[in-house]
Amino acid sequence: MGEVKVIGASLSSFCCRIEWALKLKGVEYEYIKEDLRNKSPILLQYNPVHKKIPVLVHNGKPVAESLVILEYIDETWQENPLLPKDPLEKSTARFWARFVDEKCIVSAWDACRAEEHEKERAVESAQESLGMIDKLIEGKKFFGGETIGFLDLVVGSLPNWLKFLEELGGIKLVDAEKFPSFHEWSKKFVEIPIIKEKIPMPDDLINYFTTSGLAKTIRGSALANNK
Amino acid sequence: MAKNDVKVLGAWPSTFVMRPRIALNIKSVNYEFLEETFGSKSELLLQSNPVHKKIPVLIHGDKPICESMIIVEYIDEVWTSGPSILPSDPYDRAIQRFWAAYVDEKWFAAMRGLRIAQGEERKAFLDQVTEGLALLEEAFGKCSKGKAFFGGDRIGLLDIAFGSLLGWLRVTEKVGKVKLLDEAKTPGLVKWAESFCADAAVKSIMPETEKLIEFSKLLMAQMKGAPPPKN
Repeated sequence: MGEVKVIGASLSSFCCRIEWALKLKGVEYEYIKEDLRNKSPILLQYNPVHKKIPVLVHNGKPVAESLVILEYIDETWQENPLLPKDPLEKSTARFWARFVDEKCIVSAWDACRAEEHEKERAVESAQESLGMIDKLIEGKKFFGGETIGFLDLVVGSLPNWLKFLEELGGIKLVDAEKFPSFHEWSKKFVEIPIIKEKIPMPDDLINYFTTSGLAKTIRGSALANNK
Repeated sequence: MAKNDVKVLGAWPSTFVMRPRIALNIKSVNYEFLEETFGSKSELLLQSNPVHKKIPVLIHGDKPICESMIIVEYIDEVWTSGPSILPSDPYDRAIQRFWAAYVDEKWFAAMRGLRIAQGEERKAFLDQVTEGLALLEEAFGKCSKGKAFFGGDRIGLLDIAFGSLLGWLRVTEKVGKVKLLDEAKTPGLVKWAESFCADAAVKSIMPETEKLIEFSKLLMAQMKGAPPPKN
């Protein structure tokens, strides 16, 4: 159904959502790898407003912002629906997707970057958000039910990113005891072949941050101090 | 559906609260507007939105739906007999959602900064706001295709997302003595703003600029730690 390109970067948790969605729907696409330290003319052309990845380009027309792209994919290719049909269930999935992006991811980064005297409070705040996700998945196989759906793809690489942020910031955010349901879900999720094929791994994230010198920019970074 | 089956928890000055109200008006759905008291949060709000404890909340039957743009899409999906708020084409829907997200995540933050900041910082926010308006002017040209609204002939998702900010935009223009929507730089948006505010779905709920200015004084006082007024 037309030509599909994804402009992305392999370590980005936002990009892998898009590739997973396309693979789940059996859509073939061309992957264009972007170097975020040296943004290409293609990226600047297709996402002039934010200059960020991922961008989906379908028949020459670009769509940006991962949650917007996911809904576009779901509406364009109807096999293996990602979002539920029921409006209330759909609203709930959208609500929690925003929560993951606006609260979980942001608060985890804040905890990683916090100054020593603020660290404890920042970690507590991050754990409060993660606790809500843990509660949400309690008793369920996947956020989407028996099979993965929209919210599974959004939460997606969060466990791996959290492991990376823990090491980067010298903090503890998650463990199997504190968030057992989230832990169970993440074990099942990463075993799914489509997911396993392309998910940012904590070691690769650590490598990227230390070799690029980005670790040094994180205040109080345990990694930067070890180098 | 009986009127008390649909409730909106909110407050008249709030941009975000306007959004579901406009959407319900577009669909000709009767609803009960439950106003929160300024400075405190009701039990109903805390129960209906325990995660964020914020307005607006739509309560449909006994089910709460939170987050203004999520509520607008819910309204569009439930009340299908009324005019559509989102276009039917997936690409057009994506464009509307993209710009609605831009308004909320980038432009709104710049506007808020502009209202509060002083000196050099204020100039930086003003630049961000005017750059954003230039982008939105261009988006308006592409989305409207010569018609009155971002949604075409009728108010759509992006009109609601952006239009709900017009009240406070006018406050910023008046109090800050700055022209944001400008016939020379943003002629499309100037005309659009008039059409939007005159629309039947919006007219009765768009707050008057003077009332918002009075309210903003209350807000400033609260931010500085004054006790909330007794209602």
